[in-house]
Amino acid sequence: MSATGTIIQAYESLKKAAVIKVEALKQKPLVLVGTATCGRAAGALNVLQTFRDEISCRNLDVEVKEVGCIGHCYAEPVVIIAKPGFPALCYGSVDEGMAGRLVTDFLINDDPCYEFAMAALEPNDQFPTFADFPRGVYEKKIILADCGLIDPEDIDHYIAHDGYAALAKALSMGPAEVLEEIKNSKLRGRGGAGFPTGLKWEACRNASGDQKYVICNADEGDPGAFMDRAILESNPHQVLEGLIIAAYTVGAEQGYIYVRAEYPLAVTRIRTALEQARERHLLGESILGSNFNFDIKIFQGSGAFVCGEETALIASIEGFAGVPNHRPPYPAHAGLHSKPTVINNVKTLSYVPHIIRNGSDWFKSIGTPDSPGTAVFALAGKVVSTGLAEVLMGTTLRTLVYDVGNGIKEDKPFKAVQIGGPSGGCLPESALDLPIDFDSLQQAGAMMGSGGLVVLDEDDCMVEIARFFLDFTQKESCGKCTFCRLGTKQMLDILTEITEGRGKPEDIDLLWELAEDIKAGSLCGLGKTAPNPVLTTIRYFRHEYEAHIQEGRCPALMCKELISYAIIPEKCSKLCNVCIGSCPVEAIYTRDDMLKAIYLDKCVKCNSCMVACPPQYKAVVKVSPPIVERGGSQDEQLSNHNN
Amino acid sequence: MRAPEGEKLLWVALDNGIYIPHLCGLREAERPAASCRLCFVEVEGLPNPVTACTLPVSEGMLVHTRTPRVDRLVRTGFELLLSNHRLRCGKCEKNKNCELQKIARERGLKLRLSRLRPLISEVPVDESPKTFKYDPGRCVLCGRCVWVDHHQAKVGAIGFIRRGISRKIAAFGDVPLAESRCTECGECVKVCPVGALAFKEK
Repeated sequence: MSATGTIIQAYESLKKAAVIKVEALKQKPLVLVGTATCGRAAGALNVLQTFRDEISCRNLDVEVKEVGCIGHCYAEPVVIIAKPGFPALCYGSVDEGMAGRLVTDFLINDDPCYEFAMAALEPNDQFPTFADFPRGVYEKKIILADCGLIDPEDIDHYIAHDGYAALAKALSMGPAEVLEEIKNSKLRGRGGAGFPTGLKWEACRNASGDQKYVICNADEGDPGAFMDRAILESNPHQVLEGLIIAAYTVGAEQGYIYVRAEYPLAVTRIRTALEQARERHLLGESILGSNFNFDIKIFQGSGAFVCGEETALIASIEGFAGVPNHRPPYPAHAGLHSKPTVINNVKTLSYVPHIIRNGSDWFKSIGTPDSPGTAVFALAGKVVSTGLAEVLMGTTLRTLVYDVGNGIKEDKPFKAVQIGGPSGGCLPESALDLPIDFDSLQQAGAMMGSGGLVVLDEDDCMVEIARFFLDFTQKESCGKCTFCRLGTKQMLDILTEITEGRGKPEDIDLLWELAEDIKAGSLCGLGKTAPNPVLTTIRYFRHEYEAHIQEGRCPALMCKELISYAIIPEKCSKLCNVCIGSCPVEAIYTRDDMLKAIYLDKCVKCNSCMVACPPQYKAVVKVSPPIVERGGSQDEQLSNHNN
Repeated sequence: MRAPEGEKLLWVALDNGIYIPHLCGLREAERPAASCRLCFVEVEGLPNPVTACTLPVSEGMLVHTRTPRVDRLVRTGFELLLSNHRLRCGKCEKNKNCELQKIARERGLKLRLSRLRPLISEVPVDESPKTFKYDPGRCVLCGRCVWVDHHQAKVGAIGFIRRGISRKIAAFGDVPLAESRCTECGECVKVCPVGALAFKEK
């Protein structure tokens, strides 16, 4: 029998066993509880325990499985119940009580509790599916398709969903043909910069040297980004399969997954996945009966943001401090231990099995011509439906925010999106109709980054947002090169002065000049992109900088030094006293006419009174510029201020 | 101009009497640190300024050492270093023999801060070694001392610690040098481009 025949046969027997196992599950009721980190944070483990307890004490023949994240993080804990005779239903915001109800009403008594259900998973006559909601219409799931639906700790679930079929196919195709397929697919790296994956693999494959490495970069560190974590926790085998195919293509025998130690659940699930893959000869010596040997080690990073930069990542694996080096040489020529090395992001590798299985032409037919495929965004901030969304490249920001994300919380006006984390930028309302792909974002001054997307509304001060991200990059700078070490600190100090009302008119131009020079002069990607939040906020929101500097006013009423709290006499109820009770520093007092007022010199601007004041009064307001302190109380000053 | 194949542009230029500002570069080092970011040049055919210490020369390469973009980057890089460097040149052992002074002279830059905020933290001078002293407030983190300590003296007494603005050169555990494995061979002092490591006057 030919070698190819052996490989296909080895895979077919794995698949057959897996399908039998998974089909057996469908014969009885199945409860899937999303216990990725997002679910756990919302209490999924208690929900899981409730299901287990209720089911065992009632002696029900029901299977309970832990799965990953389905992407609807706003609705965690999410539970899916598939009971024969009913459409599989997804329930959101499940608590222990609801879990008990679902057991008694649905699992025992055939009432699916439609009032709790979010959507059905497949079309049916009784209940709408995700595809019947705007989000479902615009989402196109490729690498998230199985997330939240398969058991990440059971390789057979992945295999039954055609998992590792791409590996078997790749081993039959031969490395040269796999490379052609990836090159032809125009897949671009999802780590942020969008470098063509095929070219990276080709450079490594053609580099001389018998020893080569492949590394999966799972050092996701952007504030507000959690795509890689969700994928690793929900479908680790998809990443492993991509990494094995990468290794086969470039000729590597050793691979690494560089994952942050702050993702303990992801580490556990990868470790389990590796063991199961080895047991089934999908890793190790002669994979699927071929003559290809490859294994993967987990390397846990210690949480330095800069270690996501590939040369720093390599230094870290080698045992040195995670400090970047000059490129070239690029890792594809001289990487880990100076050997040719491919480093790909989790999401990039996740696309690989799909491309091999369905062909590069299929992949190119999705998205835009220059950025084919989908984009995964972690929606966060002032958007109603936070969570993970996978949309076509070329989708507009408007669709993403208003259709997929269901709009802004409390229907407030949209102000900006911060896209791409600390390396990205803030795009204003005028960019809402921008089709999102690698190149369009770059032109607008932002970047895809790893896919964090924070929605900002009128209550967010753009100077403060820039300061927040600079504070992050300044702390995460490794300190090796002059521009990043000292330049980010200079920019941070200037931004801090502006937000504290000490900005000078020339500061905006100085910030701009510094930002441009740091971008041009820094050694690695961290420094080269750190100025983006500053450059984009000045470019699109210069008037906010000017308001801070020239008028001492924060238009978003966010910068503490530039606001005062006041109680509007006409709105105050006189009788409720709630604000007085809420104030931690006794800065609120009752005037002779029973109206409440604030001692400005005592007020610490903690916002408690504003939250406490009942919505029918809304008597507490923030004003900017702050009321000038002349001692005494707020009430006469507020009238002066208004005049 | 003739040069050995693959030699880095910085050393070719210096050998031919063309000055390019530089602090971290060491000719003997296998891999350039490229951390001081002062040796920018523009090369025809390349879109952006590049560091001369990392660029191998090639046949027919046309290099401009002074262009508006290069001068602007060098000025900003230099000012950033000054913002973190305790000046008072008159009291410095390296006065008139200092690389920062040389860069200022060659490129017409001022040895005082105009646009930027001073970022100097008042850290004590390590006077513990018998023959020299170490003033972190003057250190520009070029790393020359660390390289000679590791690769020429092969003592391994010092290295970089911490990160970002707190990055500094220190002995293991940040102990005074006299308590470290430092042998006071003095090699690191000889390569310091500024007055951070300086021999004590006899």
